[in-house]
Amino acid sequence: MSAMPGVVAINTFREAVRDRVLYNLVFFALLMIGAAILVGQISIGIERLVIVNLGLSAISIFGLVMAIFIGVGLVYKEIERRTLYSLLAKPLRRWEFLVGKYAGLVLTLVINTAFMTVALAAALFYVGRPFVRSDGSILIAIYFILLSLALVTAVALFFSCFSSPMLSTLFTLGIYVTGVFANDIRNFGALTNNPMLKTLTSAIYYLVPNFHNFNSIAAAAHGESIPFALVWQNTLYALMYIVLLLLASSAIFSQRNLK
Amino acid sequence: MNSPAIDIQGLTKDYPVGFWRKRIRRSLDNLSLQVQEGEIFGFLGPNGAGKTTTLKLLMGLIFPTAGTANILGRSIDDVAMHREIGYLPEQPYFYDYLTARELLDYYARFSRYSAADRRARVTRVLERVGLTGSADVQLRKFSKGMLQRAGIAQAIIHDPRVIFLDEPMSGLDPIGRREVRDIILDLKMQGRTVFFSTHILSDAEMLCDSVAVLHLGKLRGVGAPGAIVSMDEQRMEILFEPGQGRSLSPELAQRATPVGGRYRLDVPEAEMYRALDELRACNARILSVAPLRPTLEDYFMRLVDRQPEQAAATVEAGTR
Repeated sequence: MSAMPGVVAINTFREAVRDRVLYNLVFFALLMIGAAILVGQISIGIERLVIVNLGLSAISIFGLVMAIFIGVGLVYKEIERRTLYSLLAKPLRRWEFLVGKYAGLVLTLVINTAFMTVALAAALFYVGRPFVRSDGSILIAIYFILLSLALVTAVALFFSCFSSPMLSTLFTLGIYVTGVFANDIRNFGALTNNPMLKTLTSAIYYLVPNFHNFNSIAAAAHGESIPFALVWQNTLYALMYIVLLLLASSAIFSQRNLK
Repeated sequence: MNSPAIDIQGLTKDYPVGFWRKRIRRSLDNLSLQVQEGEIFGFLGPNGAGKTTTLKLLMGLIFPTAGTANILGRSIDDVAMHREIGYLPEQPYFYDYLTARELLDYYARFSRYSAADRRARVTRVLERVGLTGSADVQLRKFSKGMLQRAGIAQAIIHDPRVIFLDEPMSGLDPIGRREVRDIILDLKMQGRTVFFSTHILSDAEMLCDSVAVLHLGKLRGVGAPGAIVSMDEQRMEILFEPGQGRSLSPELAQRATPVGGRYRLDVPEAEMYRALDELRACNARILSVAPLRPTLEDYFMRLVDRQPEQAAATVEAGTR
């Protein structure tokens, strides 16, 4: 396996850190502190539910904003600023560059999410709730959020290989929202008698990644256990899409003239 | 004879233009040339001549419409060949959140050097380009000239055998230009091949073993700077004083330029004897007859002046 993507990934992570991307953690920490103080005063018995719900939703939204807005600029920024020219003159293949950029942003998201998880745990600890075994479902829910973020990043990277950040943002958001409502789209198709609409809704259902599958926030908040099989299924599902998207991105980017 | 360091055969690049992208603009037209190992090769041409297009094709940043090119005997499609080449893009811009030292370390990692080797190389190259004092300053605080030096440093950090520099003197003050010239000459002393594009002809004349002149995407001439200018029409300068009692013919009077009490006549070599006969017939006192040593700039300017119609024609021809 080539070590080149790793070199690019570390630099992409360094860029995110130096561009103060991780400052969002301060906002998250403040949100958790505020929520913990407020919930501690007004809620009786449902502190865990509120804190976990709020914390996981915030982790998901903060991560999503990062994945989309940084993801769509991963390639575009390098071309626009011409930093890519001197880079591709090194013994670096275009797919290695793409995979490196992707891995760098995913690494940033993982570290960002890890810090947020610690802040969430601190907030739960503050409201005086001891940690129990079923809290494992919170970690699984966070893992699912990370899988969905990795998938969103791959979508954003794919679009950034051939379109502007503005369009890439719209496309990626469009895919994400469609994926969140994938089950509803399929159900809508089942209700209609229009064969064309049926075909269209099932095509969307099978083509667009189903982001609904990665949402276990409610289960985690209620302390319900999450079946282990779902962990494998979601992991394989996300990996399959990520690999396909990276292959497609590489194929497009390898043919692109960098004018 | 050794195989050339750079061998370009019929390289052509078309870009689709217009709303439907059906029309074609030809940026480079059937370029063929060879650069021998160890020489400094100047790639000359005005803005829009196709110099940067050629360099981008050689670096694999864009893909040719037709033609092939080899560097050190290996196809430009072979990314592994990039271990042996260095490239400074035109108006370089680098990751401005990095310091010069970090930038060079980053690029050196692609050549798989050990950490200790990288440190030593970075220190050496920073010193070579005169950036030791700014090694730990973020590039966002660099001036244009400093960025240019950082760009040259990254191009040579891995000791490449062939170095491509796109307008390396651009944006530099006279001291900076002198330093870059020294670096280029130093690279040649080390046996490296340097291929650099420029529109500053005095630099090319001073440095290059060979030059190629590109205009509107077409190669107009290639060879040693001395040979390429002499391919053009040789001109002679006749310095004379008008004779007593006889005036110059109207034609000569029109062509001669007064210089103090004397006249200067610039004529093509083929017309020199006729002009001398005319001057003798007018009793003019001939003070000197000397060949005009044309500069690369003279050659270049005549070439560009001569071909405005061709310029339009080339653009149209590219529109299919």
